[in-house]
Amino acid sequence: MRAYLVRRLAQSLLVLLGVSFVVFFILHLTGDPALVLLPPDATAQDIQEFREKMGFNDPFLVQYGRFLRGALRGDFGRSVRHDEPAFDLVAERLPATLELAGAALLIALALAIPAGIVSAVRRNSLVDYVSTVVALLGQSMPTFWLGIMLILVFSVRLSLLPSSGRGTLEHLVLPAITLGLFTTARITRLTRSGMLEVLNQDYIRTARAKGMADPPVVWKHALKNAAIPIVTIVGIELGTLLGGSVITETIFAWPGVGRLSVQAIYNRDYPVVQAAVFLLSTTFVVVNLVVDVLYTYLDPRIRLR
Amino acid sequence: MTPPGTSAAARALELPARASSPARREWVVFLRRLARRRTALFGLCVVVAVLVLAVAAPWVTSWDPIEQDIPSRLQAPGSVHASGRVHLLGTDHLGRDLLARIVFGARPALLVGFAAVAISGLLGLVLGLVSGYFGGRVDDVFMRLADIQLAFPFILLAIAVIGVLGPSLPVIIVVIGVSSWVVYARVVRSEVLSIREREFVQAAHALGVRDVRILLRHVLPNALTPWLVVATLDMARVIVIESALSFLGLGVQPPTPTWGGMLADGRVYISTAWWLATFPGLAILLTVLGINLFGDGLRDTLDPRLTV
Repeated sequence: MRAYLVRRLAQSLLVLLGVSFVVFFILHLTGDPALVLLPPDATAQDIQEFREKMGFNDPFLVQYGRFLRGALRGDFGRSVRHDEPAFDLVAERLPATLELAGAALLIALALAIPAGIVSAVRRNSLVDYVSTVVALLGQSMPTFWLGIMLILVFSVRLSLLPSSGRGTLEHLVLPAITLGLFTTARITRLTRSGMLEVLNQDYIRTARAKGMADPPVVWKHALKNAAIPIVTIVGIELGTLLGGSVITETIFAWPGVGRLSVQAIYNRDYPVVQAAVFLLSTTFVVVNLVVDVLYTYLDPRIRLR
Repeated sequence: MTPPGTSAAARALELPARASSPARREWVVFLRRLARRRTALFGLCVVVAVLVLAVAAPWVTSWDPIEQDIPSRLQAPGSVHASGRVHLLGTDHLGRDLLARIVFGARPALLVGFAAVAISGLLGLVLGLVSGYFGGRVDDVFMRLADIQLAFPFILLAIAVIGVLGPSLPVIIVVIGVSSWVVYARVVRSEVLSIREREFVQAAHALGVRDVRILLRHVLPNALTPWLVVATLDMARVIVIESALSFLGLGVQPPTPTWGGMLADGRVYISTAWWLATFPGLAILLTVLGINLFGDGLRDTLDPRLTV
């Protein structure tokens, strides 16, 4: 168990190192970070001085080393636009993003798991049919369109829910549904296929043959075993949710990291972009590490691999 | 099960060719199986229809998708223009026919879709083949690279890179293409891992056939089936990403019509002109749904145990 944990931790650190390199490299894509960071009307002398000040004339690896040391201390430089440390700006908005992603995940799990189970147990019934069609549509629907349609119906036409901002629970409803639909669709399909597979196993037939009632067979025997792939995908889906928050937050003016980073890109505020990408990626890596560790409790066979 | 692969194996064994070659017959069997899945067939029809519309766009509609006509701006669907022609889906805030723009908007979506899938598919195929066949250190390096790639919120990375390099068709294609190889590599790799142990590969090895030749002649044809399924389903994802990027203003730039860009315009007029945001979104939904249905059918026909 300990060996597994150590190996998994080392893996995560390696991934984060790679992430930091890519984040660092974003600024160097055009070859000259000074041109990326400075406004287009900067004079040649400004550019020269800025390069000197930021150390852009140093060898590439020296610059990366400096960036990495800064990143470890949470120092990504100052925001060009807000004149605040970029990391603080992003960190301030992280709770809003996590709130949104968390709510979306909650909705997804609350809808998808029952829907998937019922679909599998009552295969080819009306419920199965409806949930399959909804899941298919959900997987094919672009997030931003769904968001706009929800605003059109619930905010513009019915005036039931607010279309932008954060604060009350009402503010959370539309963005969370928008962000969560794709994940709901994915988990529904996965739960259904997982349950179908498990329900055909010998031990289920045995339980039924012994005269066990249907509900305990489904809930105790089948779901426990079908849960394993669901737990894995929850970790992966969190990545989808964090990434998807970029679009959802833009539509609903949700004050999170995603919206901040889109604005930062428009404003050419790259320290903020770097901090945001780094922080979101780190969140994702850490959550997946936690999921993997939890996983070993669900499925002890993993530890042996 | 695997038309290209088994046909190659069958050819090697020189099965007696009757009226049609074995390869041909494999394809016929495959097509018959696929045709029996009505949803897959429906998906294929939608995809073909969108393709035809995109290619034949100038002949499909008589309206110009770019030329502005301010006097007839924000006309509701079905309104009649002064010239007597009908704006079937209405007009946008610059008086342009919405249907024409949707039809022309299929072009960048499909172009980015095909080109990006070609890049990431090829990249993933090569990395997956090498990783699975040689294993060891190479495999470790590629799989860690895959982990790093997956750790990024994809859309955020894409907009950061496009923000630095500036939005243009080649940049968008390359960014999406280069960052989507992981699924392909993983699927191909796991397929190669099992093919590697099969007798015909072992036999080729024993005969002293070089690795490159084994990979290309014996392993690759058998790994192509799952690859094709992944490519189809990935195409749907790429089209959504392309429209997301153009929705954020980082896609193909106006006045070229893009579905995402039209949605962004429509969002501004959401309270006065519902059709502006509704129809381009339906176009995306229908296209993506068609590809997904076809991809699901392809998977169930070719390789039911594949989980993508």
